[in-house]
Amino acid sequence: MTDRTAIIDTLKAQIEPFNKKGITVTEATSFQGDLEWDSLTVMDFVAAIEDEFDIIITMNMQAEIETVGQLADAVAKLKG
Amino acid sequence: MTEAGLAADTLPAEAPVVAPERDLFSKFDPLIAERAALMASGVRDPFGIVMERVLGPTTAVIKGRETILLGTYNYMGMTFDADVIAAGKAALDQFGSGTNGSRMLNGTFRDHVEAEEALKEFYGADHAMVFSTGYQANLGTISTMAARGEYVILDADSHASIYDGCKMGDAEVVRFRHNSVEDLDKRLGRLPAEPGKLVVLEGVYSMLGDIAPLKEMVAVAKKHGAMVLVDEAHSMGFFGEHGRGVYEEQGLQLGTDVDFVIGTFSKSVGTVGGFCISNHPKFEAMRFSCRPYIFTASLPPSVVATAATSIRKLMTAADKRRRLWDNARQLHGGLTALGFRLGTTAPDSAIVAVILNDQEQAVLMWQALLEAGLYVNVARPPATPAGMFLLRCSLCAEHTTEQLDRVIGMFAAAGKAVGAIG
Repeated sequence: MTDRTAIIDTLKAQIEPFNKKGITVTEATSFQGDLEWDSLTVMDFVAAIEDEFDIIITMNMQAEIETVGQLADAVAKLKG
Repeated sequence: MTEAGLAADTLPAEAPVVAPERDLFSKFDPLIAERAALMASGVRDPFGIVMERVLGPTTAVIKGRETILLGTYNYMGMTFDADVIAAGKAALDQFGSGTNGSRMLNGTFRDHVEAEEALKEFYGADHAMVFSTGYQANLGTISTMAARGEYVILDADSHASIYDGCKMGDAEVVRFRHNSVEDLDKRLGRLPAEPGKLVVLEGVYSMLGDIAPLKEMVAVAKKHGAMVLVDEAHSMGFFGEHGRGVYEEQGLQLGTDVDFVIGTFSKSVGTVGGFCISNHPKFEAMRFSCRPYIFTASLPPSVVATAATSIRKLMTAADKRRRLWDNARQLHGGLTALGFRLGTTAPDSAIVAVILNDQEQAVLMWQALLEAGLYVNVARPPATPAGMFLLRCSLCAEHTTEQLDRVIGMFAAAGKAVGAIG
């Protein structure tokens, strides 16, 4: 299993508790459009991801991240 | 007449309708629909209240009815203080109605300096800078102090003016879980050691009225080499020995522990305006670099004159302080006994937030209270944490015991009518 696949799997597991609509999550899934998260949900989720990977995703970075795939890229870069 | 002028005459009488996808207002459709649905349910608009007459710090006339005000930030009841009003009238006569200019150019009059002197005395501080509003004080200090490559670390439940200050500036912005010392420590620990960092905290968080563990948070911030700014908007005058705020109450010092304190004139001081105080030796540089301070008109002379007088009176307002805390205990105790769910388990501040199930219940209860002769604030997401719908009560030193007995009675009746209590 590659690093990226591992990251995606972890992200999917972290998304589940917030996946109220029960949609199938892929790399193309968007947080706002598909998961329909409000700002409070995003905040809780980001905090969980930060703690999971021991990283900081600044609000400046968050503004650029729309999809699960983009988040995986950001996590891989921040972990590196 | 020019060609263009002639062409205007030939335009069709009605401008073509902008296609929905290009209408900049299409994004407001969900908001408009939500408000329309709320209004269609027959309730009064909680965001359209007009005070027809104001009878004093705790009563006003709304729709012809005398109403107890329990949703203003007039904590110390200074708005009708005779000395404060006299100072404002004298300044109007001597200095006119406005300044017509920036603090940096022609907009600094005697009483702007006088208000800054009063603040320096009140806080025992080396520097004080008065802004036109509290919002601008946060917007200006945060956006100016933390620059590109530096960090602002803020509590997730921070006030909109703090978030907007971050958005206006170029610093990297990091958020930690509300009031969590551990979460702040962890996040500061993950940041690179070298860049400058500003940790932004509030003494009292205004939605639920809960206070911050400032002592522990400041220790963590200092451990990581960060500067600390505390917004004490909702504590001035009644927390700490000199009324300086929650930081003073928890034994912290300006200069050594807290680098900057933000405050406002629109709450305990009883007028409008904002300020930042500091002991930083280079603080005055802000006057030449802070855009929300420079590119706006300064406060009218009457406003800064009332502020200066009020601040000096707050230094010795021990009676008012005691009455305000008595009032907070009476209301918090009364509502707890009735079975309401409140924002804090103890009367930690002068804000008592009643937590309700949803928007409909909150607005129905708000309306029932208003019809009974009581005004409180409705608060809803995104202003509130965790998607809560609240009726927020803020106390005044001038509320009487009898008024609050009546208030608690009105809450009992309204709470039963909407099913918020049994």
